[in-house]
Amino acid sequence: MNGPVRPITSAELEAHAFLHGLSARFLAELLPHTERREFAAGHTVAREGDPAREFFLIEVGKVALEIVAEGRPHLTVLTLGPGEVFGWSWLVPPHLWRVDARTLKPSRVVVVAGPALRDALEAHPEDGYRFLRRLVPILARRLDATRLQVFDVYRP
Amino acid sequence: MSGLRNAHVGDPPSHGGMGPAVGSRWLLARDEFPSLLDALRRAGYRIVGPTVRDGAIVYGSIRSVADLPEGWTDRQSAGAYRLERRPDRALFGYNVGPHSWKKYLFPPREHLFTLRRTDAAKFEVSVPEDPDPPMAYLGVRACEIAALNIQDRVFVGGAAVDPGYARRKARRLVVAVQCGQAGGTCFCVSMGTGPAVRDGFDLSLTELLDEGRHEFLVEIGTADGARVLDGVPLRPAEPSDVRAGEARVADAARAMGRAMDTEGIHDLLLGNLESPVWDDVGRRCLACTNCTLACPTCFCHSTEEVPDLSAERDERWRRWDSCFNLAFSELHTGSVRSTTPARYRQWLTHKLATWFDQFGSSGCVGCGRCITWCPVGIDLTAEVRAIRAAAPRPGPGAGGTA
Amino acid sequence: MSTAPEIAGPVAPVPSHGGPLEPAPFTVRARAQETRDTVSLVLAPAPGSEVPAFRPGQFNMLSVPGRGEVAISISGDPGRAGEWVHTVRALGLATQALAGSMPGTLIAARGPYGQGWPVDRAWGKDVVIVAGGVGLAPVRPLLLELLRHRARFGRLEVIYGARTPDDLLYAPELAAWRGRTDARFQVTVDAAGRDWYGDVGLVTQRLPDARFDPASAVAFLCGPEIMMRLTAETLEGRGLPREGIWVSLERTMQCGVGLCGHCQFGPYLLCRDGPVLPYRDVARLLRIRGL
Repeated sequence: MNGPVRPITSAELEAHAFLHGLSARFLAELLPHTERREFAAGHTVAREGDPAREFFLIEVGKVALEIVAEGRPHLTVLTLGPGEVFGWSWLVPPHLWRVDARTLKPSRVVVVAGPALRDALEAHPEDGYRFLRRLVPILARRLDATRLQVFDVYRP
Repeated sequence: MSGLRNAHVGDPPSHGGMGPAVGSRWLLARDEFPSLLDALRRAGYRIVGPTVRDGAIVYGSIRSVADLPEGWTDRQSAGAYRLERRPDRALFGYNVGPHSWKKYLFPPREHLFTLRRTDAAKFEVSVPEDPDPPMAYLGVRACEIAALNIQDRVFVGGAAVDPGYARRKARRLVVAVQCGQAGGTCFCVSMGTGPAVRDGFDLSLTELLDEGRHEFLVEIGTADGARVLDGVPLRPAEPSDVRAGEARVADAARAMGRAMDTEGIHDLLLGNLESPVWDDVGRRCLACTNCTLACPTCFCHSTEEVPDLSAERDERWRRWDSCFNLAFSELHTGSVRSTTPARYRQWLTHKLATWFDQFGSSGCVGCGRCITWCPVGIDLTAEVRAIRAAAPRPGPGAGGTA
Repeated sequence: MSTAPEIAGPVAPVPSHGGPLEPAPFTVRARAQETRDTVSLVLAPAPGSEVPAFRPGQFNMLSVPGRGEVAISISGDPGRAGEWVHTVRALGLATQALAGSMPGTLIAARGPYGQGWPVDRAWGKDVVIVAGGVGLAPVRPLLLELLRHRARFGRLEVIYGARTPDDLLYAPELAAWRGRTDARFQVTVDAAGRDWYGDVGLVTQRLPDARFDPASAVAFLCGPEIMMRLTAETLEGRGLPREGIWVSLERTMQCGVGLCGHCQFGPYLLCRDGPVLPYRDVARLLRIRGL
């Protein structure tokens, strides 16, 4: 069942919480570079070190971000659910994934091609600014959370 | 001193009855002072009071007048204490020393009880034989009576009553002495606790020492105090004697070595928990705990279990502790108050502010011991002044977020 | 006139017992290993003795005699008389001795002490409970009390955070709670392996989709201070007023009855005035370092 499913419409794209309010022109440019995918539970959506070319918006399901290192057990550092996003390495050189992303449940995601998104953000600075205004708080919250996890707040 | 004006100067002490009336005033000649000690002992009290030891006037057993610091006084300033000879032979011509009466009510170490295992599923609790005879505290100053009242509220005034403290409190007789002079670190006037002894005593003495005169004005505070005077040769005090006593206390009030502005002090300190003053004083403070040991109201303590080798017996002991000790605020993750500024702040804010929240009064009586006995001369009255001076002035946008 | 008692002897009766610090004998009736370092103990009184009733959020002072006394919150069901249940994490000498106690071990216990959760504030409201680590232990009596009176309040959202899946307390009960349809229990851990299909992340990350009416809800928080503070701030961000939030605080406790001074937190003696306090009253103090 892994793979593309029913194409997404511009109305659906606009309705997604993360993209809501961006200009119609901007979203129209993205639409051809956007698709819906469904994954079974346990599917590795992205692998650390692989080229990062896509931005993910979760519609249904649950995705774990994992750190994988040889000789050590996989470590899940964050799980994400409907309405949440992941994958921004397409925006940050050298455009390589820094974690594994793996589904924990059957999941449906909207995938936007990173290079096209980059071009659209460059071409429409106002939309680009709005996009970053949404992305940066998410990055900040995850950074905060990671700090507390490193702090090991419940340690004995 | 309105009470003194209504002094009862009537009948001489009766013998065998209830004794002289509560509130009445009498004169005791210096030469007859031993008879007061004899009377206290006859009444079953162990007398504890001021005595010179190791270069200071401390509290200890008083067997005779010779044990009292006759002709001695103390000179005190921040971080300094020195005994000096007086030109006269006053018995109580000093201020307060490093000890306070709390050592008798709240001993530095106390065996609370013993658990003794009786079978696999049970133990018995036994309390040590009562080691506390009735005690007469001789020479209690006004600030010290205030301190007794404060510790009484902590140990027996709340829902949990400390049995040892309650027992010792019930057996104490307070023989107060009015201050005829103030020490260099005294500020009881600021704290509203002295220098006049007004209540909370069984007997009160004012040492009258001028123009060759050496007598004690004795005021009866309670029926217990009156009964004790049985057989003590007293003669009625005249209004002029009462006025002479008042004058001595007024002299002391005018000679306070320190002053503290207590206006709004609770909110001042709790509103300035992040004042730069804490860091400043924290750099000077050695966290040596002297102030908490000398303080007549500091009550913080730790409890220890002392097991025997067979694990059949386990003694519970209590010992004085101090908020200046790093381990005092230890949680399993570490000490909460890990820095000296945090610990000084805890002490001062507790003493002068949060004591009100916890026990309904200030925890400071203005005795000045913490100033005198601080090895680096930290003066809490100066620190409060500094906090007040550094406090942000209320202005637009102020309030609520101090 | 040669003996003291008529003159200075106590007027009031003088207590001859060990006072408020005197413990009573209990034995371990049952023991459950919750995690690697944490156990739950069911304590039964000596035959013929009563067990004082407790309110959710209160604590007892416990010791294996001779091994040190320690404050442990009560984690049992307040509706179950005749026993005290405690969940103990082995951290220091006293807790190691307690956690290592097998059934039949003699325990010295006294209590209950402190102000617990204001359960009656929940009636008619939505309830949010956020617990972290062993902070679930003092919350468990609250949960059991609330669930016993399920009809008296609105929605129930419980978020429980732990270090790893291996650190989760009350695993069987947690599974049963998570199966309920009249409450939502979210469990999240800081880090997990691939055998964990639950959430990973901070408790605050589970809050955005917690269902409650901010205008008519109460929140009860228990865990490390930094976790409670972030949670309270997040709840306030969702519109829940400060007045509707309570926190359970921790400081060293030695006497449990307001005499020894160890557990001071600003104006509060936590053993007497807490450990549960209104967040409204402590929000500012929680931001003062080293208090």
